[in-house]
Amino acid sequence: MGLKSFKRALWVYHLNTGSCNGCDIEILAALTPRYDLERFGIVLVGSPRHADVLLVTGPVTNQMAPRLKRIYDQVPEPKMVLVIGNCGVEGLVFHESYNLSGPVDQIIPVDVYVPGCPTRPEAIIEGVLKAWLKLEKPVKEKVT
Amino acid sequence: MLADTLLNVIVLIAGPVIIAFLGAIFGLLYLGVDRKLVAHMQGRIGPPIVQPFRDVDKLMVKESIIPDSAIAWLFKATPILCLVGSISLLLYIPLFGQNAMLTGFGDAIVVMYLLTIPSLALVVAGFSSSSPYATVGAQREMVMMMSYEFPLAMSIVVIAWRIGLVTNLNPFMLSTMAAYPIWGLVGPLGIVGLLILVFSMLIVTPGELGKIPFDVAEAETELAGGLLVEYSGRNLALFYISNAIKSFAVVSLVVAIFFPYNLSPILGITATVPAVILDVLFFLLKVFVIMFICVIVVRAAVARFKIDQASKFYLLIMSAVSLVGFVFILLDVII
Repeated sequence: MGLKSFKRALWVYHLNTGSCNGCDIEILAALTPRYDLERFGIVLVGSPRHADVLLVTGPVTNQMAPRLKRIYDQVPEPKMVLVIGNCGVEGLVFHESYNLSGPVDQIIPVDVYVPGCPTRPEAIIEGVLKAWLKLEKPVKEKVT
Repeated sequence: MLADTLLNVIVLIAGPVIIAFLGAIFGLLYLGVDRKLVAHMQGRIGPPIVQPFRDVDKLMVKESIIPDSAIAWLFKATPILCLVGSISLLLYIPLFGQNAMLTGFGDAIVVMYLLTIPSLALVVAGFSSSSPYATVGAQREMVMMMSYEFPLAMSIVVIAWRIGLVTNLNPFMLSTMAAYPIWGLVGPLGIVGLLILVFSMLIVTPGELGKIPFDVAEAETELAGGLLVEYSGRNLALFYISNAIKSFAVVSLVVAIFFPYNLSPILGITATVPAVILDVLFFLLKVFVIMFICVIVVRAAVARFKIDQASKFYLLIMSAVSLVGFVFILLDVII
């Protein structure tokens, strides 16, 4: 029961950890009429407590690292983390910069990487699809 | 004698359960229609109509987090209180063209009081979760409750007063309002007054339901979900369902007060089963039309008010409008 509904009702929370706003705009583009993520039941929510998926953009700065961890802890189980953009994946031009706490996967466990600078909306949709496939597994084990 | 009492008890227990289920199903269905139509109006494809059921389904399997700083028992009790408030609202309102389940026990005034219970539960939920966002949301919800109360009460009381002039039955009973449809009682001036009252009632409805442009208490963008910011999993699902039930109930109340007509007497169908089916379908159509006018179109067309604008709008403009409606009906009676 829960398995099917999970695939079709993902609520997404978006967190900017020092991104240049390029990827954030692409996330918004994925919600606009052209791509319309809501037709798959994907909704952008305002609170991490409501979310199933955490979308992280940006190479985590020192200031954002503890906050990222705290917000990750606030998302109820079962949850997914998507990294959007090359910055979050490996740092890009900010690689090994003195004020970075490293890419996202140094701080919280990441499930899906979506590279691109900025990421295309199609790639974000593809990434969320991968997250569906991955979410199926733990939920199936939990339910049955 | 004993068997009768037993039967009554069974009906009293099973009735509300059935009504609660029907209310939840149709409430969620109308929510899905709402989302689909708004998406179409914005040039999107939109989620399928069953999407709210999937959302509830998903929320049920999620973890329910209770924040450390929250008052745990209040935090857990308020979703249930909200749901119970919404369901008991349904028991007093005539649904599906039939009489209300508790017809003869409570009148429109009781319904007006019950309308505040889900909102009050939300306010308590907001304060008990001890998040600054939720606290601001709770305060806004209280301001909204105080603001829309006057035009709402004005519409109901004026109509009950007008019906009370022609009958000895209790005019506040929704069954009396159904027996003496208000449109047949008034002259041309009264029709104008009634149209104004219908208008003010339709404007009150989105405020009552916390829909755009009056969703200041939830305000996704500024308050991050407002009242419900700390809720997750099953507790959030209960709020979701009770919101759907409340939308259905409030729109049914508008139908019961202003448009209590049934199709089967007009068409002269007397056999029970076809008449009931026809009335149910006609009722669902009436609910849809009212929801379309005052929730769906408005939601797609306008942006959110600020809290002071929303409050002023209700307290000053809508109160004045409903008073003008009252004056028209008064003139109709005097002349």
